[in-house]
Amino acid sequence: MIKFLLKGLLRDKSRSRMPVLVVTIGVALTVLMHAYITGFMGDLIELNARFSYGHLKVTTRGYADNIQQMPNDLALLNVNSLTADLKKQFTGLEWSPRIQFGGLVDVPDTNGETRSQGPAAGIGLDLLTPGSKEIKRLKLEKSLVRGHLPGKQGEVLLSEAFSRKLSVDPGGKITFIGSTAAGSMTIYNFTLAGTVSMGHEALDRGTIIADIEDVRLALDMDDAASEILGFFNGGFYIDDTAVSDAQIFNSANGPKSDDFTPVMKSLSQQGAMGTYVNLTKSWSKYISLIFILAMSLVLWNAGLLGGLRRYGEVGIRLAMGENKDHVYRTMIYESMMIGIAGSVIGTAFGLLFAWLIQKYGIDISGLMKGSSIMMPTEIKAKISPVDFYLGFFPGLFSTMIGTLLSGIGIYKRQTARLFKELEV
Amino acid sequence: MENSTIIRIEKLVKKFPMGKGEFTALNGIDLTVGRGEFAGLIGPSGSGKTTLLNVVGSLDVPSSGSVTVLDHSIGELSAKEAALLRKQNLGFIFQSYNLFAVHTVYENIEFPLLLLKYGPAERKKMVLEAIEWLGLTDKIRSKPPQLSGGECQRVAIARAMVKKPSLVLADEPTANLDAANSHNILKTMEVLNRELKTTFLFATHDEKVISYLRRKIFLADGKVINDERVTS
Ligand SMILES: Nc1ncnc2c1ncn2[C@@H]1O[C@H](COP(=O)(O)OP(=O)(O)OP(=O)(O)O)[C@@H](O)[C@H]1O
Ligand SMILES: [Mg+2]
Repeated sequence: MIKFLLKGLLRDKSRSRMPVLVVTIGVALTVLMHAYITGFMGDLIELNARFSYGHLKVTTRGYADNIQQMPNDLALLNVNSLTADLKKQFTGLEWSPRIQFGGLVDVPDTNGETRSQGPAAGIGLDLLTPGSKEIKRLKLEKSLVRGHLPGKQGEVLLSEAFSRKLSVDPGGKITFIGSTAAGSMTIYNFTLAGTVSMGHEALDRGTIIADIEDVRLALDMDDAASEILGFFNGGFYIDDTAVSDAQIFNSANGPKSDDFTPVMKSLSQQGAMGTYVNLTKSWSKYISLIFILAMSLVLWNAGLLGGLRRYGEVGIRLAMGENKDHVYRTMIYESMMIGIAGSVIGTAFGLLFAWLIQKYGIDISGLMKGSSIMMPTEIKAKISPVDFYLGFFPGLFSTMIGTLLSGIGIYKRQTARLFKELEV
Repeated sequence: MENSTIIRIEKLVKKFPMGKGEFTALNGIDLTVGRGEFAGLIGPSGSGKTTLLNVVGSLDVPSSGSVTVLDHSIGELSAKEAALLRKQNLGFIFQSYNLFAVHTVYENIEFPLLLLKYGPAERKKMVLEAIEWLGLTDKIRSKPPQLSGGECQRVAIARAMVKKPSLVLADEPTANLDAANSHNILKTMEVLNRELKTTFLFATHDEKVISYLRRKIFLADGKVINDERVTS
């Protein structure tokens, strides 16, 4: 019987081609969408992790509670020993102290008078230790527009747009005006080593990047840091591990809790990132659901048309003594075969396209102009194991639902009625 | 053999709902058909031939009265039981051949045997036998769209006959055929009736069919108005 059905499917193009095509397209889109969103979400998460959240972040409790204000008066102290401890306890991660700060950047003329001035958001991180991963993490080499990366104490980077606004060139002197951790005013002179363009509006507006030791000097924060960021050695954020690491760390520091107690937060426990992380987790379900619905509708209609065309066949089969539910069942078998065929082909195409996008990417930096949140400027897909089977859900469900719905008409009709319709 | 009854119809009434009221298509039919008969329902269009054939074939149920086919009371069968009766004992031939268009002649004829779950060897033997009866040997691998109308109807007959049913119901089997083809298939059915003892019940107003019948049952307005046996 199965052989009989298969032959029918293979030979009757109108029975198989259109549904297989619909399933193929739907499944390919499902896989592609999923790979794309995974890539996009992954990029988004990694981008935010590299610049501000880390995969894990250690701050003091007080700092964490007011993180928007970058309250360096609540900065971590004894950072060197704390970092060493972290390295010992969490060996799967790299730990990097950073200082987030704000202030004014002032460009003096030859007389020391202000020539131009602008508000800056600063990051102090390890730029000078040989082998520091921070340069790579922020892609500073790739982002360099003019000049060179800081090579010695006192050298800093400005974002390219900011340096143009202030009309200062590499080699020029700039003055940072801000307040120390203790709250008194500080003025500190830097040499502009180079300029960078990150490709992210939010970062390119007014950023100053300096070595953390310089910042410590400028802000009077000896052996202190706003935060210590942890990055998984694998380079990708793993939420479950991050959450459990944070829990282990925090429970060790549990009861004795004041503003200066270090706390660790996973990326997903910081700001809006939790929503993103959850989205990446649940997204595949939504895509499958949407495609199941859309494809079922199309296939239902295709099934109705096909069913009409096959009244004669159904009628004669009933006359020959086949049970109605058997006819119905064989139609569902047929749809399963179509679903499987379409899912296999569709998955292959989806993976192929996803692979192409993963390999070559699509530049969308033009679309991102003026955006204030950090978004990846390149669409990159990321194929994950799910993509190899995800498409089979919409592929199989939609064909079966489509047939179930369209078959009801035939099923409910009285046998004699079918014959009346058969005669004409 | 001719003496045992295969169809027994008593006071059969068949009504169809029509608008607010009902339409009486069969209005008190009493009829018995014995095994091995070669009989036909004859009457003008609308006289109820197809309706009667459908009830006998368990494709439809009586409104009142009783119809017994091979000791099964049609009105009392469940859908499954009716299907089983059709599968095992009845063959249908229609005016439109209703062949499976994408399957070969061989596969079309084999289908009823698949439903009956015959093994492959037995299926092959039976299909080839039926193909021989109908003279379709050189068309085994053809598909219906490549066949003439006469050939299609021969395939339909082979498909109805392959399982050697006790009763074949043929509704206007020659309506789409020319004279030569009509005579051809009628002769074949006559032979099958003689050799396999299959009972044939036709519904027709075609003179060519009528000339082959050994029993002529005339219908008008849902009633049997005449019942003639041809004595040879
Ligand atoms: N399902 C139905 N609903 C309503 N009326 C029906 C139905 N089936 C048949 N009839 C009516 O019953 C009557 C008998 O129909 P039937 O098909 O049995 O005639 P027939 O003798 O086979 O005619 P023909 O030679 O044209 O095929 C007709 O008037 C027809 O309109
Ligand atoms: Mg009729």
